[in-house]
Amino acid sequence: MTSVDSTATPQDYLRSLSRWHPIEIVFWLATLVPFFLFPDYLSLASQIAIAALFALSLDIILGYGGIVSLGHAAFFGIGAYAAAIFSKFVMGEPVIGLFAAALVAGIAGFASSFIIARFRHFTLIMITLGLGLLMQEIANRAHWLTGGSDGFQGIDIRPVLGIFRFDLYGYTAYGYALATLFVLFLATRRLVNSPFGLALRGIRERLVRMPAIGAAPRAHIQKAYTIAAVMAGIAGALLAQTTQTAALESISFQRSADVVVMLVLGGAGRLYGGLIGAVIFMIARDQFSGIAPQFWYFWIGLLLITVVMLLPNGILGGLSDIYARWRRK
Amino acid sequence: MLPPVFGVLFDGIAYGMLLFVLSVGLSVTLGLMNFVNLAHCAFAMLGGYVTVTLIDQLHWPFLATLPAAFLAAAAASVVLERVFYRRLYRASDLDQVLLTIGLAFVSVAVAAYFFGTLQQGIETPPMLRGSTAFFGLSLGNYRIFLIGVALLVTVLLVGGLEYTRFGAQVRAAVDNQRMASGLGINVDRTFAYTFALGSGLAGLGGALAIDIVGLDPNFSFAYLVYVLIIVSVGGLGSITGSFFAALLIGVSDIAGKYYFPELGAFLIYLVMLIILMWRPAGLFGKR
Repeated sequence: MTSVDSTATPQDYLRSLSRWHPIEIVFWLATLVPFFLFPDYLSLASQIAIAALFALSLDIILGYGGIVSLGHAAFFGIGAYAAAIFSKFVMGEPVIGLFAAALVAGIAGFASSFIIARFRHFTLIMITLGLGLLMQEIANRAHWLTGGSDGFQGIDIRPVLGIFRFDLYGYTAYGYALATLFVLFLATRRLVNSPFGLALRGIRERLVRMPAIGAAPRAHIQKAYTIAAVMAGIAGALLAQTTQTAALESISFQRSADVVVMLVLGGAGRLYGGLIGAVIFMIARDQFSGIAPQFWYFWIGLLLITVVMLLPNGILGGLSDIYARWRRK
Repeated sequence: MLPPVFGVLFDGIAYGMLLFVLSVGLSVTLGLMNFVNLAHCAFAMLGGYVTVTLIDQLHWPFLATLPAAFLAAAAASVVLERVFYRRLYRASDLDQVLLTIGLAFVSVAVAAYFFGTLQQGIETPPMLRGSTAFFGLSLGNYRIFLIGVALLVTVLLVGGLEYTRFGAQVRAAVDNQRMASGLGINVDRTFAYTFALGSGLAGLGGALAIDIVGLDPNFSFAYLVYVLIIVSVGGLGSITGSFFAALLIGVSDIAGKYYFPELGAFLIYLVMLIILMWRPAGLFGKR
């Protein structure tokens, strides 16, 4: 967070937050590097972009709103299945499929937000966990629609906008996922640097005081939760479209836990936290699980313990602390 | 002659009693410190592996391994509590969730490293095998034993909480932590003992569970959901609540599997959500 002097107006503060930092521009230029330097890793890169979008969606509710969710994969999975079903029965155009998936996930998110907004703390964690498991079980049992544990059969994805065909190397997949991530990142950036974003932070810091300044916490939580569900649904749809599969794994508790790990690893409540966390998590998983897949979770567990004990604000939080200390000297 | 529905009911009660032993410790520690310990079932798994190792390698009798499972899990929990947990008592829910999920992940990998990913089984003593005829039902001996152990644990716990000095301190701390420490009760130490006791019970539950559900490295997560459901349905810090919630979940799970196999775990999750929405603090919870 940038510090501002006390005479500045709230408008100045928000404007100072929304100014582009040179590092941000470097970051986004760096996302183009895989096209030229690592063409063999483009499919991993598109997985990273999708995971980053999913983590970004969780950041809105968890990082900014302070709503701990252990069932966020429900919306990811709903988006994935919605995109798969749309491509099979309606049409194979991916961009329209994204909108369809976003709509379905948004409806699911809005419906569940009425429940979410009523609870806090342990009960909330249990309810998100329960809703996530319920959705997983529904996807598992609705074999006629989702294919259950066999996976969804018959996805048919046309070229993006009728021009870019999905190729074997993943040029289109990565370009498509990255473009979607960038557009939604801009939207999220605008959202969290708005008065609405400030209200969310207020809810995170102290819910009971928000009504005193005339804010309606439940309505804000509902809005944020629905937006996060839409974004998670789009991320799921991207995965289904780029890999041409939709499996139970996309709606599992494992995925819900993984995305929380990614976000916290990078730094919750920071725009780039989820993105950096997703990059590190996915590359580490790619490297470690090559050696011994069953022990990959040992390292994730160790990483989690280390982050909680030593870096309470994630990697980005740690870096910005070091930077602040260096500036003061 | 009793109709077969009583057999299902009996199996459900036995399963519920197993879940009760597994979850009661978490209920008390959550009620006492509001500490969200998602690694609770890792202690249960530890107890299970202690029993397996003692029987397979050292040829201990099954019943003698049960106290060992309890002590091993309790000892491990004391170490972890001193090193990790105590620093996060006042931290956010999220930090507690992350730390304990991390510990559970590590426990899964460590168990897979030492014992492999295969399901482990044990040889129970002859008197716990087979079944006893009872008004036309055949009741598994092991399940009768399980119900006996769980009832014994319940009596000891409830009696200990009601009639001992330590129990009074725990109750005071659950009801109002600040007031209790104001009266000179060392809440931190009370919690450490309770935590060891609860984790020890989880270890005992893990050892008892092997014959019913088996044991593999995924135990840490597979039963976590059940345990959390029981704790949140029963209400934090309530032994009676956990007891009845465990019965409810055990019977509805077994009955669901017998009569509606196509629903799977759906029924359990739905029961939990409905109870939580109806009473956010659980059936017997005060807060």
